[in-house]
Amino acid sequence: MSGAPFGFRPDQPEPDTDEEATEQLPADAVVDLAAARREAGIDEVLERLDTELVGLAPVKTRIAEIAALLLVDRMRERYGIAAPRPTLHMCFTGNPGTGKTTVALRMADLLHRLGYLRRGHLVSVTRDDLVGEYVGHTAPKTKDVIKRAMGGVLFIDEAYYLYKAENDRDYGSESIEILLQVMEAHRDDLVVVLAGYADKMDTFFAANPGMQSRIAHHITFPDYTVDELEEIAVLMTDGLHYRLSDEAREALRRYLDRRVGQPWFANARSVRNAVERARLRQARRLVEQDDPRVDLAALTTIEAPDLLASRVFREDAEPGATVRSA
Amino acid sequence: MRITQGTFSYLPDLTDEEITKQVEYCLANDWPLAVEFTDDPHPRNTYWEMWGLPMFDLRDAAGVLMEVNACRSAKPNTYIRLTAYDASLGRQTTALSFIVQRPAEEPGFRLDRQELSDRRIAYTTHAYATERPAGDRYPAP
Repeated sequence: MSGAPFGFRPDQPEPDTDEEATEQLPADAVVDLAAARREAGIDEVLERLDTELVGLAPVKTRIAEIAALLLVDRMRERYGIAAPRPTLHMCFTGNPGTGKTTVALRMADLLHRLGYLRRGHLVSVTRDDLVGEYVGHTAPKTKDVIKRAMGGVLFIDEAYYLYKAENDRDYGSESIEILLQVMEAHRDDLVVVLAGYADKMDTFFAANPGMQSRIAHHITFPDYTVDELEEIAVLMTDGLHYRLSDEAREALRRYLDRRVGQPWFANARSVRNAVERARLRQARRLVEQDDPRVDLAALTTIEAPDLLASRVFREDAEPGATVRSA
Repeated sequence: MRITQGTFSYLPDLTDEEITKQVEYCLANDWPLAVEFTDDPHPRNTYWEMWGLPMFDLRDAAGVLMEVNACRSAKPNTYIRLTAYDASLGRQTTALSFIVQRPAEEPGFRLDRQELSDRRIAYTTHAYATERPAGDRYPAP
């Protein structure tokens, strides 16, 4: 909200218009792609993607490809070759906790830096935000969300809920119709990213072939290996300003080995929950210990017992048994 | 007769690019926009009908243009304007309002003189367009 009481402020900088007054290059000119990359800050985004997101090799490759394509398109434009802008609607499939939302957020930032999106914000919605409760409620609701997402990325989480095969009076299909129309007509204004679990998305696309064909990029998020999960756990504890002692590292490894095979395993999300619970146990251990004095090292170190107290290590927690809160 | 109401009304009609730029200026100032339409051109007719709801939380002008175009196709021969509302404390009023569509032919106004007691005269502007019933005032050209 602006503080001044009246709107006209002559000294206010103009909102930047992203207009590049570059004249067309002659056919024999040479452009430096590396310099263009640096200018757009693509390297920075890709590097951050690489360091902050563990694993996800196929995802990173695809993002790097898209970045390269947009960069090359921009260079071609400078020579006066006008090609229609590529469609970048995407579908992220993968198991829970594989980083779909995180990648979507980075994608918005990346596409903004590459000049494909004008604003680069992410509007994350689910079925509730798109589908109305009564006849005539769905279209305005969906359009409202679309308007908010213009210039950025519209991220539809659990997109397969939009279509309910068992109920042909469901308003979800109305929402899908509007989305399809917008994905075609406003290709330049927004990028739609659908996300969901692989098997359910397959059924969703089987029922909506129009959606399938309008999405150019189907990106599959693989499950993390135990090594990657360990790395994620270390990154998370670092982010919370904790440290894992050597024994705790070893306990974490054993924890993950067991947890992966158990039901309701949600990749990085399970790791985050495990770290949260280890924090709780560490706090209790510190409060209940005989010597009430603690130092900084004690306050920031997670020890092996904090992890070993987990229910995952109990005898009855066989693979296949129900583990609700490990 | 071309009616002049709101900002920019003495300028030639704004193109879509110019409208986009004005909308971007509004959004940069955190002013939500609303689309309004009417077929009564009288200057004292300040409360126009609203097309949908005011558009909050928008980041980009394309969403506003989408609504403007929807209103244009549904009401092809009416006045349409965009209103930007400044909600900041101390202002809380319309910050900017400009016409984005007008009928192809605007018949204009007539001045009515009414004789009162003691040779006084009262003046009224009468819009020719309002001689026809609402909804049917500007037949398609």
